[in-house]
Amino acid sequence: MTEQATGAPKPQPRAPRGGAPQPTTTVAHVTGAQSLIRSLEAVGADTVFGIPGGAILPAYDPMMDSTAVRHILVRHEQGAGHAATGYAQATGKVGVCMATSGPGATNLVTPIADAHMDSVPLVAITGQVASKTIGTDAFQEADICGITLPITKHNFLVTDPADIPRTIAEAFHIASTGRPGPVLVDIAKDALQRRTTFSWPPTPELPGYRPVSRPHAKQIREAARLIAEARRPVLYAGGGVIKARASAELRALAELTGAPVTTTLMALGAFPDSHPQHLGMPGMHGSVAAVTALQKADLIVALGARFDDRVTGRIESFAPHAKIVHADIDPAEIGKNRVADVPIVGDVKDVMNDLTSALRGDAGSQAGPARYAAWWDQLNRWRETYPLGYDLPENGSLSPQQVIERIGQLAPEDTIYTAGVGQHQMWAAHYLPFEKPGTWLNSGGLGTMGYAVPAAMGAKAGSPGTTVWAIDGDGCFQMTNQELATAALNNIPIKVAIINNGALGMVRQWQTLFYNQRYSNTVLRDARGGAYSGSVGEGHAAATSTGTRIPDFVKLAEAMGCVGLRCEEPDQLDAVIEKANAINDRPVVVDFIVHEDAMVWPMVAAGTSNDEVMAARGVRPDFSDAADD
Amino acid sequence: MSKHTLSVLVENKPGVLSRITSLFSRRGFNIDSLAVGTTEHPEVSRITIVVNVEALPLEQVTKQLNKLVNVLKIVELDPQAAIHRELILVKVRADNDTRSQIVEIVQLFRAKTVDVAPEAVTIEATGSSDKLEAMLRMLEPFGIKELVQSGAIAIGRGARSITDRSLRALERTA
Repeated sequence: MTEQATGAPKPQPRAPRGGAPQPTTTVAHVTGAQSLIRSLEAVGADTVFGIPGGAILPAYDPMMDSTAVRHILVRHEQGAGHAATGYAQATGKVGVCMATSGPGATNLVTPIADAHMDSVPLVAITGQVASKTIGTDAFQEADICGITLPITKHNFLVTDPADIPRTIAEAFHIASTGRPGPVLVDIAKDALQRRTTFSWPPTPELPGYRPVSRPHAKQIREAARLIAEARRPVLYAGGGVIKARASAELRALAELTGAPVTTTLMALGAFPDSHPQHLGMPGMHGSVAAVTALQKADLIVALGARFDDRVTGRIESFAPHAKIVHADIDPAEIGKNRVADVPIVGDVKDVMNDLTSALRGDAGSQAGPARYAAWWDQLNRWRETYPLGYDLPENGSLSPQQVIERIGQLAPEDTIYTAGVGQHQMWAAHYLPFEKPGTWLNSGGLGTMGYAVPAAMGAKAGSPGTTVWAIDGDGCFQMTNQELATAALNNIPIKVAIINNGALGMVRQWQTLFYNQRYSNTVLRDARGGAYSGSVGEGHAAATSTGTRIPDFVKLAEAMGCVGLRCEEPDQLDAVIEKANAINDRPVVVDFIVHEDAMVWPMVAAGTSNDEVMAARGVRPDFSDAADD
Repeated sequence: MSKHTLSVLVENKPGVLSRITSLFSRRGFNIDSLAVGTTEHPEVSRITIVVNVEALPLEQVTKQLNKLVNVLKIVELDPQAAIHRELILVKVRADNDTRSQIVEIVQLFRAKTVDVAPEAVTIEATGSSDKLEAMLRMLEPFGIKELVQSGAIAIGRGARSITDRSLRALERTA
């Protein structure tokens, strides 16, 4: 990221930029805990999600007096972590969560791993047992720095209160610059209690941290030459485009070259869905056009993307004819999964600006939409022949895709959507309208079920004027729904759509396709009246949408201070969504009882080649018209 | 697969070694040998890592190491242009009949006898791993009672130093 939303100082001692809090020149005598809160204020943190406990307790006393930092008391530390992630993704600022030592800290492990996989700027502050008891297996002691070593961008253990301001400044700087990521600051209880001095800004000590940002001119020229020479190029945009706030640059590059664009699950909204050059999402559940375009391309320009296995399918057979231009701010991503013909290390915003300038020069005269006319003929044929689509259930029950599509159509403009992980996530990716960056928050890399509700809460806390819809599954929802109580009590009126098919739908889909319809432990709803086992074997009648409701999500929502609504019939759909849209004083939960046999298509089965993409069950696209020239 | 020697300059702070080694295990690389010590600058430690990998995975592990915040610099030392040394201490069975033969081997390899007992001698030897292996092969028939080896350390030949620039960076922030 070139811009930095926080006031964290750069490693080089320079004058602070505009907008940053003015440096405190006076030295104040404070406790370590007061120093921590002052540091958070100075660095520009305005919202902290957390739960107190023994070791972090000293920090919560001065927290109570802070007018600049709002603390939102969550119900589980996992909720704090995902809320901070949602806040960060919606605002572009660093998300902050706080927990105590031991179990408080270990409950943050999942959201920290999630933020690490999706490159989310997050600072997690944990209490640690007193420094002289570290290593003695003290009460609520866990080596959280050791535990989070492989899932943080960096972490710190602070045992001296004098180190607190510098460490907080460094944590925010590391989290938000270069390739963003989570940073954990573990502070011993005695460091919070002891007296120290506070002055700001501190002098950072990060001699080994030098995030690269300027792309190399020679590589840019080489990439521009390949683009100008290509006949079947694809711009493959990843989450880095959103992190770099480079949507305008992507659009400029796309429109200058006339090349098709595919946006990954992490990049939805980086390029408007409605743009004629947009092919949709690539990968396992990508559009046939996007998947096939990458397979048949002679040039792939990867922009802030990492050739994830969910995008490439079997890597050996991915895009066999394509030369690769790979631009990323993280040098280690380049060549990790697929060798790059032209590696470009740099902020993708600068890369695209430089590429656009280079193409506008002499190389540019050869590019342009007309050059790719034959390619667009093929692409358009695939788009027209294999559009995204779904059949409405024959029994008249609700179609999950239709529910999601209608939510997207009826929601106000600029609505932020979050999703859990599974079928509903893929349908949301397919059928919601993504026109702007930062409107789609999901757990892409780690695939964390339970992400949607706390992330929506965090997004709404950071962007209170925006409507936030969480699209969740009934499986995901039951992992983190306790944060609805947090949202209700803290006046964070999110909207939650439970796409309730009574099953762990994506796993069930794989059981349908690859395990002979033996539904081992994917049945969440007791459809048969007693004798519930969580499983349905072969030959059993499919569970219907009726049956007992355990839990009853409407009652659950009401019990947590939310409005609970239910929708079971297609003809109620619009009215229920509009009712939910009209409620803005409390969180709303809508239990959409949907057909359980709906499946996510297209699909590339795990471990197979993207050449084997199936447009629908048993429907393998015919690409005979796409013979390579 | 081939052996590569990486010299990694790191901040001399607690936990840095575990960051390095956990990165190797997480990314699925085996470390052949590892040696750590401070440098002429007390705030900088130097870790010498010998790995047995192909060129592409080596590039990947080097890039991942470079991302660690405490890592200041990584240099792969060209075996032709660097001096590699390992240290061994080896306790060899010896009696009045064999002791003089053992001492002769020690002299041939320019090693040192550092302890003598009626039934054993303890030998200290430094050198490249080839030389030390050769010496151990010669000593094996007498009976090796105990062997301890250090990880390899290495330094480039010539006047240039890999620490210069990193230390300047460190001084800037101090």
